[in-house]
Amino acid sequence: MASVEIRDVRKSFGPVEVVHGVDISIGDGEFVILVGPSGCGKSTLLRMIAGLEKITSGEVSIGGRVVNQMPPKERDIAMVFQNYALYPHMTVSENMAFSLRLRRTEKALVTERVHIAAEILGLMPLLDRFPRQLSGGQRQRVAMGRAIVRDPQVFLFDEPLSNLDAKLRVQMRTEIKELHQRLRTTTVYVTHDQIEAMTMADKIVVMHDGIVEQIGAPLELYDNPANRFVAGFIGSPAMNFMSGQIQGVNGTAVLRTDGGIDLPLQAAPAASDGRPAVYGVRPEHFILSDEGAEASVVVVEPTGSEIQVVADMGGAHIVAVFRERHDLKPGQKICLQPNPELVHLFDSDNGQRL
Amino acid sequence: MVDAAPGNDAVVSASFWTRLNENRTVLGLWFMLPAAAFLIFFLAYPLGLGMWLSLTDAKIGRAGEFIGFENFTWLWGDSVFWLSVFNTLLYTVVASVIKFAIGLYLALLLNNNIAFKAFIRAIVLLPFIVPTVLSAIAFWWIFDSQFSILSWALIELGIIDQNIDFLGTPNNARASVIFANIWRGVPFVAITLLAGLQTVPQSLYEAATIDGASKWDMFRHITYPLLTPIIAVVMTFSVLFTFTDFQLIYAMTRGGPVNATHLMATLSYQRAILGGNLGEGAAISTAMIPFLLSAIMFSWFGLQRRKWQQGESDD
Repeated sequence: MASVEIRDVRKSFGPVEVVHGVDISIGDGEFVILVGPSGCGKSTLLRMIAGLEKITSGEVSIGGRVVNQMPPKERDIAMVFQNYALYPHMTVSENMAFSLRLRRTEKALVTERVHIAAEILGLMPLLDRFPRQLSGGQRQRVAMGRAIVRDPQVFLFDEPLSNLDAKLRVQMRTEIKELHQRLRTTTVYVTHDQIEAMTMADKIVVMHDGIVEQIGAPLELYDNPANRFVAGFIGSPAMNFMSGQIQGVNGTAVLRTDGGIDLPLQAAPAASDGRPAVYGVRPEHFILSDEGAEASVVVVEPTGSEIQVVADMGGAHIVAVFRERHDLKPGQKICLQPNPELVHLFDSDNGQRL
Repeated sequence: MVDAAPGNDAVVSASFWTRLNENRTVLGLWFMLPAAAFLIFFLAYPLGLGMWLSLTDAKIGRAGEFIGFENFTWLWGDSVFWLSVFNTLLYTVVASVIKFAIGLYLALLLNNNIAFKAFIRAIVLLPFIVPTVLSAIAFWWIFDSQFSILSWALIELGIIDQNIDFLGTPNNARASVIFANIWRGVPFVAITLLAGLQTVPQSLYEAATIDGASKWDMFRHITYPLLTPIIAVVMTFSVLFTFTDFQLIYAMTRGGPVNATHLMATLSYQRAILGGNLGEGAAISTAMIPFLLSAIMFSWFGLQRRKWQQGESDD
């Protein structure tokens, strides 16, 4: 096991720079997830850690050794690919043993290591099958087995669950987390799915357009997003944003939206009267009450455990989620009260948190 | 009552016809008919006729009579026939092995990211596009005893002091026609193997890189095993084409000198068409069938879907 340090790492493909100076420090045994929309540079960053992509500038070190110039096999890492990249002509056990065989490991030891990994992943009955004879989830497990067998310092996962169906994805999520809790190997995991990130990570790195937007524990990102991008990316359904101006009304601060609706603020930032700002409130932080911001129901979407209400508030569509079963009809006028303690305010120009 | 009987009959026969045509097996046969007719007229009939001729003493202008295996017994004792068998095997084995080696090498080379890739690929295909007879004539000139550009160049370089008799001595002639065949056959092998190489997913190489594989390990454990199905197809065709080659030999040497480059195909033509002994020539052609069949059987087993290819796709 080892820590991973990424210092001011940049990557250019020809004249186009896709990763613009990223600093991430990953502690020993930590499960870190790089998350962001497609094209944000997260996979490129992972491939640079793996050594599949050259580092244009900056430094990556694994376990204290700078690995910039080191070929992948000397970095002591294992990687799980999105399409699993299993060798189709080798059986499950041959796939898992391949790296050890290349290192001329003793046969008995190879068998032992493969069996241990297969035991952990429940692959024992499948050892003699070929990848084509396996289901998606089983292939995923073999890919992980191949990584475990090597007992590397760092596991790298590149969107490992995106080829699985929704139900299996949830199950594998738990399995991967369980595996990490058991092996405690430092893990870097790339995904575009914020739910995966929230549920599995010790630490999330939110990336966007080649820069790191915020690094923090899942709930920290949820509670204190550093900017509008993180606020909108983390959480599902996404946070509601309404732009307007901060104003003092009867001694309390409010944000008057462009649609003329006053939304409560706990405390206005100093000297901010009349300042334009973006008001952010998560769907689950609305209370249905007799007073507050007026809105009219557009669509009601019950999911069983909760209901999602899309409503028109001063011309803007907002989403509210209630755990109680309110009987709402489209067109109905309701009053939504945002919880001022859980409201976020962002600069309307640069999107930074105020 | 009287009128009803023929009407009934009509209904029964129509429905029988309809039922017949709705039968899956019958329909299948119907759909196969055009292709089958084509194959019978253009493949099975000439093949059958050739085999029949080999059992007769037909000559040009005279329908033969059935003489059993007399042609074959005669050939059994004919040293020229056996020489042509030896030549054909030598030609096929040497040319195919070298074509495979060079073709695979070129394919691996062209699969890399090299400058002017598309242009070089197009150039590699050139020998394949040129009509065989045309390139054979070019080689005839290149290997000419007096005007050979090779001899000329080597003399100018001071390596030799008199012209090499490329096509005039048996072993030189064999080497020369094999060289021409290789030149002509490499593009087919190279381009087909290149197509095969491009079906190997890049991620397998990435996974292997991380597993610690060297370039040679990747070739040995990933590229080669994944390429075997294509290699089997390519080499079967290559062997069949080479074994039955006629044009190159006939344009360059006509089988000479002293039958040193006679292949079974050229000998068959010489005896049957030029010599007029249709039966004997057909017998030589028929004698090629066991060799070709064994090549096909070999690839039949090589081509069978390997165990790892069965089941669903990889992703």
